Amino acid sequence: MADENNDTIAKQLDTGFSGLLKKITTTSNAGGLTTGLFTLASSLAAVVIALGICAVLLAVTGKDPWAAYTEIVKTGTQSNQLLEMMKRATPLMMAATAVAVGFKMNLFNIGVEGQYLFAALMASAIGTQLSLPAPLHVTAVLLLAMIAGAAWASIAAVLKVTRGVHEVISTIMLNYIALSVIQWLFENWFRDNSLELNIKTKALPVSGRMPDIVKDRLGGMFIVALFVVFLYWILVFKSRFGFRLRASGLNAGAATTSGIGAKKMIVIAMLISGGIAGLVAMQSVVGEIYGYGPNATPTQLGFAGITVALLGRHHPIGIVAAALLFGFLDSTSAQLQLAEIPSSIVKVIQAVIVLTVVIVNEASIRWLNKRTAEQTAARLVASDVTAGVSA
Amino acid sequence: MAKSDGVLAVELSGIDKNFPGVIANHDVDLRVKSGTIHAVVGENGAGKSTLMKTLYGMHQPDAGTIKVNGVTQHFRSPSEAIAAGIGMVHQHFMLADNFTVLENIILGAEPANGPRIDFETARTQVHKLAESVGTKIDLDVPVSELGVGKRQRVEILKVLFRGAKILILDEPTAVLVPQEVDELFLTLRHLVDDGATIIFISHKLKEVLAVSDEITVMRDGTTVATVLPSQTDRRKLAELMVGSELPSPEGRDSEIRADISLQVEHLTVTSPGQRDLVHDASITVHSGEIVGIAGVEGNGQFELCSAILGITPSTGKVLITGHDVTGHNTHDRRRAGLSYIPFDRHREGLMLTAPLWENTMLGREHMPQFNRGPLIDGRSARRDAERVIERFDVLTPSETVPAFALSGGNQQKLLVGRELSSEPKVLVAAHPTRGVDIGAQAAIWDEIRHARDAGLAVLLISADLEELIGLSDTILVMFDGEITAKLDPAKVTPEILGTHMTGGAVEAA
Amino acid sequence: MSTIAPTLSPTHEARPTTGLGRFFAVRRNMILTVGLTLLTLMSITRLWTDEDPLTSSGTIGTALRLTVPILLAGLAALWAERCGVFNIGLEGMMILGTWGAGFGAWKWGPWVGLLLGISLGMFGALIHAIATVRFGVNQVISGVVMNILGFFGARYLSDLIFTGEQGGGVSQSPQQKYGIPKFDTPFFAGGELFGWKTPDFFGWLEEKHWFLLGDIGGIGKGLTVNLSWLTVLAVAMVPLTFWILWRTRFGLRLRSSGEHPWAAETLGVKVNRMRYAGLLVSGGLAGFGGATLAIVASSYYRQGQTGGRGFIGMAAMIFGNWRPLGVTGGAALFGYSDGLKLVASSSLPALFLFVTLVAGLMLIVSLLRKKMITVLTAAITGALFLTAYLTVKEVPESLTQSVPYVATLVVLATASKRLRPPAMAGLPYRPGEGH
Repeated sequence: MADENNDTIAKQLDTGFSGLLKKITTTSNAGGLTTGLFTLASSLAAVVIALGICAVLLAVTGKDPWAAYTEIVKTGTQSNQLLEMMKRATPLMMAATAVAVGFKMNLFNIGVEGQYLFAALMASAIGTQLSLPAPLHVTAVLLLAMIAGAAWASIAAVLKVTRGVHEVISTIMLNYIALSVIQWLFENWFRDNSLELNIKTKALPVSGRMPDIVKDRLGGMFIVALFVVFLYWILVFKSRFGFRLRASGLNAGAATTSGIGAKKMIVIAMLISGGIAGLVAMQSVVGEIYGYGPNATPTQLGFAGITVALLGRHHPIGIVAAALLFGFLDSTSAQLQLAEIPSSIVKVIQAVIVLTVVIVNEASIRWLNKRTAEQTAARLVASDVTAGVSA
Repeated sequence: MAKSDGVLAVELSGIDKNFPGVIANHDVDLRVKSGTIHAVVGENGAGKSTLMKTLYGMHQPDAGTIKVNGVTQHFRSPSEAIAAGIGMVHQHFMLADNFTVLENIILGAEPANGPRIDFETARTQVHKLAESVGTKIDLDVPVSELGVGKRQRVEILKVLFRGAKILILDEPTAVLVPQEVDELFLTLRHLVDDGATIIFISHKLKEVLAVSDEITVMRDGTTVATVLPSQTDRRKLAELMVGSELPSPEGRDSEIRADISLQVEHLTVTSPGQRDLVHDASITVHSGEIVGIAGVEGNGQFELCSAILGITPSTGKVLITGHDVTGHNTHDRRRAGLSYIPFDRHREGLMLTAPLWENTMLGREHMPQFNRGPLIDGRSARRDAERVIERFDVLTPSETVPAFALSGGNQQKLLVGRELSSEPKVLVAAHPTRGVDIGAQAAIWDEIRHARDAGLAVLLISADLEELIGLSDTILVMFDGEITAKLDPAKVTPEILGTHMTGGAVEAA
Repeated sequence: MSTIAPTLSPTHEARPTTGLGRFFAVRRNMILTVGLTLLTLMSITRLWTDEDPLTSSGTIGTALRLTVPILLAGLAALWAERCGVFNIGLEGMMILGTWGAGFGAWKWGPWVGLLLGISLGMFGALIHAIATVRFGVNQVISGVVMNILGFFGARYLSDLIFTGEQGGGVSQSPQQKYGIPKFDTPFFAGGELFGWKTPDFFGWLEEKHWFLLGDIGGIGKGLTVNLSWLTVLAVAMVPLTFWILWRTRFGLRLRSSGEHPWAAETLGVKVNRMRYAGLLVSGGLAGFGGATLAIVASSYYRQGQTGGRGFIGMAAMIFGNWRPLGVTGGAALFGYSDGLKLVASSSLPALFLFVTLVAGLMLIVSLLRKKMITVLTAAITGALFLTAYLTVKEVPESLTQSVPYVATLVVLATASKRLRPPAMAGLPYRPGEGH
């Protein structure tokens, strides 16, 4: 039963993928549009391949993949689940954007995890001390979070620029250091001891809370997240600064001879990345638990952000789409469990999708580059001939 | 001294090798007698390295035959060449820095007992080898702690350890100080006395004359003559290398102006543990003047440019149109009117995966026409790219294709167009027409002349003598990091230029 | 403590001497001198502060158990980087190891558990190898994804297999019925030999609490009492790794793939094959490390059991300058501070005094050698730790957890010139592109 399903899936996959490729590569003209379409197609193909792999995995472990997938689609498309999807996509968008800013200049900020947790604590702790009118107060808390995130990220930036410490190593170490520091700060300074259970910081006053879009279903940070992605698009893809940032990432040598200072760009990129990272847990801080709590504030979002950024290929639209896809998958996990399919399969599917995407990406980019070069050459030959005839 | 018993260790005949768009070797004949030191001399781009890579199996010739010790060979990889007794010492050493000398030498050919490396046997063998070539070396230090001379010795031992009887040395003296050169030659003599054959690639004629038994000269991808050192001298060799005719500089209508656009004073670039990469260089370029820098590559030209741009730290002074920019960063220097056509357009010039219009904007993105507040005006940038494409005749379907899709010549035209579009006062142009076809070359030359007539000061670094003499108003020669001569292109002869470029004049003076 | 000695002088570490006899002659003297000095200072600290747990057999025994998984993770990181590939995915491979071991040991006994743990670790490494070596995917990206895959893969499998079993669930496996046998070493720690209970030499020594000898007794007994065979096997990986990587053809070629793959390639080394091999060994060791957690340190698999040890292993590798003995030193340092915290956290401030003493000695030595920068560093360190000793009465547990990570950053930031990572670790390689 399951095997049959796999077979058909695999077959559809095969013809679908190659057909799509053929269509895109034959009809399109060389340029940005092709690359975009091709990127989209290869990402979609990778998702389909990943679903195929996971179907095999499910079948091997004795679960019916078809049942699992229909369950996911069925539960995920109910209207209240769609709100859940958007809610879950909120922190993912911001974490992914934080990662993507670094990626755009070949900086791996693996430390989003530590940065956002540190930021969540600091913003909560200092935020409760402020007394400001409502909109200002929330804004101040968010700004505090960005500053705290950037401050934590700046350690890695300084280590890289002054001592040459690779940011991958330093941010990994700083993630764990952040956990210790947060725990220490929380226990010794910021815990609200007036409560019996002592598990959170002092709650933010009402003026410091973000109103919900749909009561208790979707927080206001969803809008902020979309806005952050939009700003990312403007900043990185449209602004002069972003041009310099991307130039440093595309060819550091060319950027240097063109007068773009490498060290300065590293520091700025890392600060922006950390600043955005600071917002990751803010939905929880200003919208749900109104503070920081070691067991209440969500964790692991930093790593999830890396996968979303990879899946979205660091492009704003890609990031939103990937975050929504992952949010969608996450939103179905509770229902899956009820259908006796381990909910963690959702996370496995996500990881397999990302791995497939990066592999397909690597392979397809080589292929696409070759193809574009050939097509351009061919078009030039063609235009030469026509030019010759008309002359 | 030469023990030529008539057997040919290496016989290459009719070798052709083409790369896309470039004929690297054409109808090359090389006959190396067994037990001799045979030098192959020629300018950069004469095809020496291509030929040696063919012999070492790093690529296959399009036509022609390779005979080693009388047997025809078709090497598909270096391993096969090694098996036939050929070894190559690359100009850029292939050594693992963190490995000890011994580990580097035996890698891939380790004497062993079962899986375990027999270090004692290896040690004895290497010591014996080292003795036979008259050198002493500590086998247990990491290569990173050795100077270049010692590293080269390790490379030679590595090749010998694999049983090579025919050694190719690619520019072995390029990185050595004089004493090390003497030691190297002693070693080579030892080797030949023990029956080895050596192919020695160089452009330093003094050394070539001193050490080799026979000399083959290459020019423009082919072999032009084989001579005995006793029957020639440096002048004749230089003439063979450079060619008997040099172009004469083209007349110009415009005048060199009085104001100085680029002034470099006592510029020195140091390198820890090595001789200075650039030593006390002073250059003056007037508005409307082209100053050419001749020299074999690797004599400090790259570092000089990099220092003028403010990338490589240096001592001395740099002034652009009278403004002292010493200590300023690259961005400020560019804004002061400096422009740069880099040595390697892929490494330092273009963002290959970015569209053309982003490439033409790079380094000029601060100019008001590209900006709307802090944002990039994409439409204006694309229009500007179209203009560059049009004016510099870049062949491309549109300004949105990625740069890697263009041919080398068109990439270069785009780059030149970009650098001239910032209305610079000073252009540092490194090999502006390297790897481009003749049409593109002429177009680029015209553009540079045109800009010069409009008052641009150009510092031109080139390995192409036609380009240098055709464009320059003054030619400076760089050798070993120093500016060793100032020549008038109207009066220069092949032998004079050749002698200077190969370090002859330094030693004479 | 003597195992920590070599990491204190990384430059000497970096010079492998190839003659085996010479190697040990030079090395043994250095290790002995530095080790004895440190031991003496530790003994002075113990007597001064009256904190016997500093070198008690209980502390050392716990430290050893905590060291082993870090050590194996460190060796795993070492194998990967030596062949030229970053292995950020170690944590995920370790998790797979803990799961495999928990499952195997519950079903079929600990030895099968060990094998299954190693195999699952290797399976994770195989995925990483296919992505990075075959397809050229960025090594950091692939590693990050491996970690996620390991974590949730184990969770999925647990849910599938352990849920509903007695004591099992989505985040843990049922209890194992029996573990790996343990033993006390005869004559050293009073173990039995053919039914005869031998004298407990180290134990006797420890109880005397004499200067130096008491410490030797404590450390000796800690390292020899109540030993699991798995621990012995794990520690044996250190000399084995050293022997394979620095004494065999295979090892030399594997390391050459991490140092200069293009040079290796021209000499006929199959670089990609070496990278596959190195990664598989790396994954196997990570799985082994995970297995020790599930079999020796506890008797079931539990989610989060690895607790970042994959990354601490990387830290130990960096701390140990990419050398097996150094990795051992790093792992021992981290394991010891963990062990002391667990057994006698009140003794922790005494370590400040110990560091002060070490800094004081360094100050004197560097003054004699007229190395002013070292003098300055030692003086500042000494002053800092003396202040800490005099003021801090209780070290907050939360902060001590970050010791390995802070130590690694400090080493990277201050001693990067003396470190010798494999030159090509982390960079992509494609055959034939280096010419």
